[in-house]
Amino acid sequence: MKPFQYLRPKTIAEAISMAADDPEARYIAGGTNLVDLMKRGIASPTKLIDINHLPLKKIEHRYDRLRIGALALNSEVAKHKAVVTRQPLLAQALLAGASGQLRNMATVGGNLLQRTRCSYFYDLALPCNKRKPGSGCGAEGGINRTHAIFFAGNGFGGIEKSSCLAVHPSDMCVALTAVDTVVVVNGPDGERRIQMKDFLRLSTQQPELDTNLGPGELVTAIEVLDNAFAKHSHYLKVRDRASYAFALVSVAVALQMDGGRIWDARLALGGVAHKPWRYWAIDLMLRGKAPSEQLFREVAEHEMESAKALEGNAYKIKLTSNAMVAALKTAAGIS
Amino acid sequence: MKKQLLDNASDTSLDRVDGAVKVTGTATYSAEYLVPGLVHAVLVTSTIAKGSITAIESREAEAVPGVLAVISHLNAITVPGWPERKQPAERVPVGTALRVFYDPLIYFDGQPVAMVVAGTREQAVHAASLVRVTYQQETHQTHFEKNIGKAGVALNVQRSKNSPFQDYQRGEAAKSENTEVRIEAEYTIPTQHHQPLEPHAIIAVWEADDKLTVYDKNQGVKSAQGQLAQAFKLPRENVQVISKYIGGAFGSGIRVWPHTMAAVMAAKQLKRPVKLVLGREQMFTSVGYRPYTVQKINIGATKDGRLIGIVHEGTGQTSMYEEHLERTVLASRTLYACPHVATRYRLLPLDVNTPTWMRGPGDATGMFALESAMDELAFALKMDPLEFRLKNYAESDPERNLPWSAKSLRECYELGAEKFRWNNRMQAPRSVTQNGLLMGYGMASSLYGFHRHPSKVRAVIQADGSVIVQSATMDIGPGTGTAMTRIAAKVLGVNAKKIRFELGHSALPDAPGQNGSATIPSVGSAVHVACEALKTRLVALAREMSERFKSGGQVVVRNGQVYGSVDDKDGVSYADILKYHHLNELEVTEESKSGAERDQYSMYSFGCHFVEVLVSPLTGEVRVTRVVTCADVGAIINYKTARSQSIGGVVGGIGMALMEHSEMDHRFGRYVTTDFAGYHIPVHADIPPIEVYYIDKPDVHVNPIGSKGLGEIAIVGVAAAIANAVFHATGKRVRELPITPDKLV
Ligand SMILES: Cc1cc2nc3c(=O)[nH]c(=O)nc-3n(C[C@H](O)[C@H](O)[C@H](O)COP(=O)(O)OP(=O)(O)OC[C@H]3O[C@@H](n4cnc5c(N)ncnc54)[C@H](O)[C@@H]3O)c2cc1C
Repeated sequence: MKPFQYLRPKTIAEAISMAADDPEARYIAGGTNLVDLMKRGIASPTKLIDINHLPLKKIEHRYDRLRIGALALNSEVAKHKAVVTRQPLLAQALLAGASGQLRNMATVGGNLLQRTRCSYFYDLALPCNKRKPGSGCGAEGGINRTHAIFFAGNGFGGIEKSSCLAVHPSDMCVALTAVDTVVVVNGPDGERRIQMKDFLRLSTQQPELDTNLGPGELVTAIEVLDNAFAKHSHYLKVRDRASYAFALVSVAVALQMDGGRIWDARLALGGVAHKPWRYWAIDLMLRGKAPSEQLFREVAEHEMESAKALEGNAYKIKLTSNAMVAALKTAAGIS
Repeated sequence: MKKQLLDNASDTSLDRVDGAVKVTGTATYSAEYLVPGLVHAVLVTSTIAKGSITAIESREAEAVPGVLAVISHLNAITVPGWPERKQPAERVPVGTALRVFYDPLIYFDGQPVAMVVAGTREQAVHAASLVRVTYQQETHQTHFEKNIGKAGVALNVQRSKNSPFQDYQRGEAAKSENTEVRIEAEYTIPTQHHQPLEPHAIIAVWEADDKLTVYDKNQGVKSAQGQLAQAFKLPRENVQVISKYIGGAFGSGIRVWPHTMAAVMAAKQLKRPVKLVLGREQMFTSVGYRPYTVQKINIGATKDGRLIGIVHEGTGQTSMYEEHLERTVLASRTLYACPHVATRYRLLPLDVNTPTWMRGPGDATGMFALESAMDELAFALKMDPLEFRLKNYAESDPERNLPWSAKSLRECYELGAEKFRWNNRMQAPRSVTQNGLLMGYGMASSLYGFHRHPSKVRAVIQADGSVIVQSATMDIGPGTGTAMTRIAAKVLGVNAKKIRFELGHSALPDAPGQNGSATIPSVGSAVHVACEALKTRLVALAREMSERFKSGGQVVVRNGQVYGSVDDKDGVSYADILKYHHLNELEVTEESKSGAERDQYSMYSFGCHFVEVLVSPLTGEVRVTRVVTCADVGAIINYKTARSQSIGGVVGGIGMALMEHSEMDHRFGRYVTTDFAGYHIPVHADIPPIEVYYIDKPDVHVNPIGSKGLGEIAIVGVAAAIANAVFHATGKRVRELPITPDKLV
């Protein structure tokens, strides 16, 4: 580990000013991702700005939204009453991630900004466009069993050279992508509010950037807008072992149902793209219809038409489709 | 938990004698010894799989504050036991262990090429990241299937006519090909790593120019002592190896590996004690692994289920510089009564590091194939898999034509089947569902050869009647000290609390390393013999004290006292015996080893596993929901620790079957699964209730304690039982481990 400076700001303004003049400075929250990256030599910040003393831990419901401070712990969010009752999908997704010990350290801000688990990204001896732009994508033609099957916007367009086949590892972000979420950030140029769908990036250009956060910007909170999905939402995570593994594929489904019909539908996929993959057309396809396995199968297969398998992950096409069907059935309450 | 122990025997088990120090963090592991003046070493490893080093740029690393040296083949000391370096460097002949920092040649990716030594580990880690190594790269071959044509009979086997790895044949080889019902299939197990939670670590201390002490994580202090003494041309007694507590090993500590030599060399060169702890990613290329192995089985039976022939061929990978041989195909000769059997075993040398033994070496691999094939054949015969096995039960060893020393496999099958409720099994696959999940039952047999090596034990009784028992044996986790204490307590009639068993130090009496499930059979026997001898001496001394103890065979010992007979109310305590004779202590050292019985009997441990799985038909996720494991290993010494061994074996088998897979990117010849996020082992949520049963009948022919090995047999066969259950649940046969969702969806 390279020597670095350790700072402990007391206010948001102080934190931002510490980061402002130094592109190599990094905020540290729970440290469960950043410290690993430092140990492996992937991140070598000159300055570590420990934000744990900032007043960003609050979880509260106000007006039409749930506001969760960036330093709220994953475990606390998952069990908070307002979250469990109003946004159970988020609670489920959080509990599907990592382990109890990690969730007790991990923060919402850190979870949003955690980096990919692609093994080429993690190994300094191997090429990786995300870690070292222009060095090539190791996963292309390599071991890519866990890699992406959806690429550019809406699934069209090819995989470009100098790109990245890695997937985003977060479970929480899949749930946040399915519903309406705003990421609140503060930086040298003041406060900004970014829609979740625009916060994380696809990899077609500049795969070294995971997010659209500006230099020195600090995430202060997320806001999840109220919705009518609580009764019919489900987070399904498919993984290589029962717990403590990143998703091969995950599905966040949120349905609004009434009188045996679906009136609003949201679906996002994890483990399939550089960011959680929102299935935009699903609402149109399900609206007004009665749930059935056959309908869900048709809907799932429709989205998979725009997927493209790599050498090692052809199974993900069928798995993703099956996982969507399974999650939709559970959310709709049909067997 | 307690209840389960009691199902099978009244539970008088000893708790682990080292349990308290381990759970309170006061047990000292190899990396934790406080040695004055200690400095820290970190390895730099190669990033190519074949070629040679052309330059090592270390100036930047040397400039880091605290750095004492950057050691490589350019400046390392000469190890006296190694041949002089050749100019130019030449590749070594097969059979040569890797010599670290010896010459610029690279044999595999991850090979140590340099080492930074610094005042703190952090300084060393940072400096190591600054060492720039340049190579002349050569084309490497790491891909098993692409090179399978180069596989051949090991040179070692070619040279030795009596090698068990020679091609074998009984009856007519081709018989299985003409049988009425026949299966021919290929089974693959990928490279799997031991990955004990404690990484390998060493502290090397040169007490004087010719005196070395190492605190090292290994599985055999005596063999490590011998190998280090030989390398540095020292008398054995000038080298001491200490390895008292080990956080798991599973075979990774059987050899003295290059990193151990590197630390010892650095300590010599710098005249400072040196500590080296391997990083998790370095554990993938430093301490061996279970080799990638492909097996073909051709097995046939008559329509009514009598086995006619088995042809079992296996090819395992090895390195370019050493041949690692294991028992992959041997079980097919022994397990079933089958008239026509042929086995062939081949090695495929690749540009990788040398594999080594990993729990159930060879047999865990081979039995995955054999017991999967048996299941496939049972299905083809429309027979119950257990009934099929019983029908082909071997009443004597069909390979050596010898009686078994003891075999209660039939009782294992019966007990296991009853406890599992195997009778409820529907014959047709994919016929049972539970909450939308497919349910399947599977079973497999298990066997492991009996190993016993000469062992010495010293037993000492002290003035206060407490007992010290010593042997240079090891405890890599099974609870050796606990079992040995139990044996000593029983023989001497002394409360276990008054006995201290010492192990893990090369100055103690000679004992084998902990491998091949040989510790209880070997060292346990020696403890028994030594304690018997001590008891005899104590009784003899008691006789000199009083007429009461003269009554021939009547004398008994209990509660640390000698009694004239079983009914005798007054005894004389061991302490009083010593006091009466003005003795501070009384000591015996005894050796125990096998004799002529080895040629009269065929000796094996046996067992079986029954497994229930649930498989998601949509996602292909497999969860093991119930396991019953049953073993016949002769007498059980201590139920509690034995049970933990069996559970650990099943857990390892679940990992082997469903998760463990060291994946390599062959373009680089480099593993890409080098952390616990990429290399999956089971977590608690993957482990169902595991019921453990033993037949617990002493095998009177094997040794004085009637006990055979348990460590390996606990895992052998588990992967097959799981694969068989998955087939039963889904109708899909997976012949390539691990059984991950992608293979079932
Ligand atoms: C073994 C293991 C298994 C895991 N399994 C899963 C899993 O199954 N599913 C899953 O979703 N996750 C998983 N995780 C990831 C885990 O969720 C993240 O490590 C965690 O959420 C990161 O939070 P943190 O507070 O520790 O972040 P840190 O490590 O402190 O920071 C991570 C990054 O975020 C930046 N950052 C943190 N807070 C802010 C802020 N407020 N503003 C701006 N930048 C900020 C840091 O600079 C850093 O770049 C796993 C992690 C581990 C180690």
